[in-house]
Amino acid sequence: MSRIKEFNLPDLGEGLTEGEILAWLVKVGDVIELNQPIVEVETAKAAVEIPAKWAGEVRSIFHPEGSTVEVGTPIIAIDTDPGAGPVPESTTAAASADLPTPSAASLAAVQVAPAEGMVEPGLIGGVAPGGRTAVLVGYGPRNAPAKRRQRRDGPPRQPDTSPRPTGPAQVTTPAPVAPVAAAPVAAAPVAAAPVAPTVNGNGRVAGPVLAKPPVRKFAKDLGVDLATVTGSGPLGSITRADVQRAVDGSTAVAEPLAATSPATSAASFGADREQRIPVKGVRRLTAENMSRSAFTAPHVTEFLTVDVTRAMKALDRLRGRREWRDVRVSPLLLVAKAVLLAVRRHPMVNSTWAGDEIVVKEYVNLGIAAATERGLIVPNIKDAGRLTLRELADAMTGLVQTAKAGRTSPADMSGGTLTITNVGVFGVDTGTPILPPGESAILAFGAVREMPWVHKGKVKPRQVTTLGLSFDHRIIDGELGSKFLRDIGDFLADPEAALLAWT
Amino acid sequence: MAKGDPAVSSRGRRAAPRSRRAAATAEPELVQLLTPTGERIESATGPDGTEYRVDFTDEEYRGLYRDLVLVRKLDAEATALQRQGELGLWASLLGQEAAQVGSGRALRSQDMAFPTYREHGVLYCRGIDPIMPLGLFRGVDQGGWDPNEFKFNMYTIVIGAQTLHATGYAMGVHMDGKTGTEDGEAVIAYFGDGATSQGDVNEAFVWASVFNAPLVFFCQNNQYAISEPLERQTRVPLYRRAGGFGFPGVRVDGNDVLASYAVTRHALDNARLGQGPSLIEAYTYRMGAHTTSDDPTRYRIASEVEAWQAKDPIARMKAFLDKQQIADDAFFAEVDEQARAEAVHLRERVLELPDPAPVSMFDHVYPHGSPELDAQRARFSTYLESFEGSAH
Repeated sequence: MSRIKEFNLPDLGEGLTEGEILAWLVKVGDVIELNQPIVEVETAKAAVEIPAKWAGEVRSIFHPEGSTVEVGTPIIAIDTDPGAGPVPESTTAAASADLPTPSAASLAAVQVAPAEGMVEPGLIGGVAPGGRTAVLVGYGPRNAPAKRRQRRDGPPRQPDTSPRPTGPAQVTTPAPVAPVAAAPVAAAPVAAAPVAPTVNGNGRVAGPVLAKPPVRKFAKDLGVDLATVTGSGPLGSITRADVQRAVDGSTAVAEPLAATSPATSAASFGADREQRIPVKGVRRLTAENMSRSAFTAPHVTEFLTVDVTRAMKALDRLRGRREWRDVRVSPLLLVAKAVLLAVRRHPMVNSTWAGDEIVVKEYVNLGIAAATERGLIVPNIKDAGRLTLRELADAMTGLVQTAKAGRTSPADMSGGTLTITNVGVFGVDTGTPILPPGESAILAFGAVREMPWVHKGKVKPRQVTTLGLSFDHRIIDGELGSKFLRDIGDFLADPEAALLAWT
Repeated sequence: MAKGDPAVSSRGRRAAPRSRRAAATAEPELVQLLTPTGERIESATGPDGTEYRVDFTDEEYRGLYRDLVLVRKLDAEATALQRQGELGLWASLLGQEAAQVGSGRALRSQDMAFPTYREHGVLYCRGIDPIMPLGLFRGVDQGGWDPNEFKFNMYTIVIGAQTLHATGYAMGVHMDGKTGTEDGEAVIAYFGDGATSQGDVNEAFVWASVFNAPLVFFCQNNQYAISEPLERQTRVPLYRRAGGFGFPGVRVDGNDVLASYAVTRHALDNARLGQGPSLIEAYTYRMGAHTTSDDPTRYRIASEVEAWQAKDPIARMKAFLDKQQIADDAFFAEVDEQARAEAVHLRERVLELPDPAPVSMFDHVYPHGSPELDAQRARFSTYLESFEGSAH
């Protein structure tokens, strides 16, 4: 029995599937009464106020104004006994990694890019520090209404999540999506365990296993434990075919893994030599966001092949310096530096399309795609433009290690403004990356190969790489995109000269 | 409350024929005993010359006020429960409390009521636990209860259908010889302005009229059939429809609990005495949405709602009690507290309503079962039992 109760958006009409948050009437930290109006929601049928289901203190608000929320998704968490002191770890919905039922919000809402498809680094969306982006996890940027409202309100909306002055530290998360984004942490054990089917297609954590009576009978007759079967039907329900597959392959345990990261686990085929992997949870949300991004932002991708021999030598020299001896120095570090310097020269690329305005950011939260067992995640380095090269190197090392250990925090994954995807580590040359929702540029860094290259009038073996830059053509014209990419290339061609010239 | 004989006098004074024809939606000629500002009117005369008056004790006045407040509060709680996902739907009576409490309290214990799905106030006045219809709106039962036990038929969703049921029932009462005396039985059928356009209601008018059924047609004209305004239902005031069918009709201020009581008590007593049916048009306004799935702002203007706000049934009763010093602040606070407590109690019980057992779908199909159905039930029970103890 948890004293923190999450309120799910109910079906306010008959048969509605979603609603738009028009206005929050309470904020985190408010003490509210039973039936006190807390939020105004507009559905296809009506705009209505929802009264609080419990008295208590508002602990978290999961969705900002302007976002569209699926019915059944938690929208607010209320501490029903705020006077009882700090919330024990196990009942803290927002921050507990081993929460028995991962906050449904989490799975429903989080988008984490999966392992395959290196060219499409996902982004844990969220309200950027500037506040306008509001790439709501799981739902993508719903630009027009959301942004309009936020602008009307003047300053970026963050009150939802401003740390409460008196609350326990673990719930005073800095970004609105923080409780939501707790999912990656919570999701890992779920995905790996055979109980995965209890997380249904919408990411909701269902109590009983969903299956129609004939399917239950079928499973019972065959001796299949439904709790071990991944459902591929509506709402994650188990179909007859799911049960059949479980019998055929006895791979019920492997399937959840396969569903989360198909690239890392062997496919298990049924009698028809086809494998059906339910599209759900992280995969579904990733797909939704990638599709939305791909079909919302007109993408242009440009390529540039660069001789990076000098840069590689510079790296070697760097590694040889005593103060850099213990620092992990990779080509990616220089690419990051190149991007940050180029952004300084072309600030417009570090921006967000917000419907009727473009939000240009002075800070760069640099996303770095990291391949992990759970798939690709994209933590970002906050305000990376202010870091020295050494600080940047340390930040990147820490970020990658944390990601590989599966301990990336929600805050690390929210608020990215520009992303690098290092497809080169997989040995490929380049790609046409899809923009993370809310970002306007993403750079693919290909493999560095020794290639024949014309150098000083002669063909010589040189270290060459190919850069692929995708950008949002609504904001960035070909000229700007080309100049930005060219600057990155110029830096990598001769970092020392570029540093001298530009800084 | 008001258990004793009502002080309703019904002198059959013939009224002068009306020359002016009121349009259906014009400011109506209505029977009113309590003005929107809480002024008592000694007596009011109906279109057929009937003089209506009430003479309640202070305790009875306070009781009516308590009913109004409680009914509104319980209704608001149900609306909140729907917004919180605990009810699938709710049809709020907000604004129509006086019409329902007035008519509901006018019923005698032997009288039978046929409600729509919005008569929560009448249900309350029948002394029925307000949770009874909530299982229907929560989707955990079919809204079935024993109409004979409560003298209150089941909620009827099909618009106007209950008027025919009521007519048949009332004809039965008449044929059983239960009319014609002071303690005779009467029947009341509730419906709305939209229902008056239904064939069922018009057929009910015909049958009730020609068979002299002891029936009161109680139409709560709340001005809208969902989004359809009254002028799309009728060109004449609804109460005048009765004339064409051969029984009396009267329009009462449906936001006036006293007049609603007086007019209904009079009509019921006429019916129980064997004088046949009558139509009451309780002129009122639905302050909220048709149901929780409806958005009234899409078809009504705010100024109209505000105008009716000024005619609020509870505010006028409170003003009256206050002015006449029938009740003090302590009383009003006590009523509010009782309403709050009952609402919380209702909420708690709604949340605990059990989900139905799958096999219960076979119940209540036939009163004594049938071989076919019994076999189906047995098969299904066996099927369900086969899962016991397993994870399936």
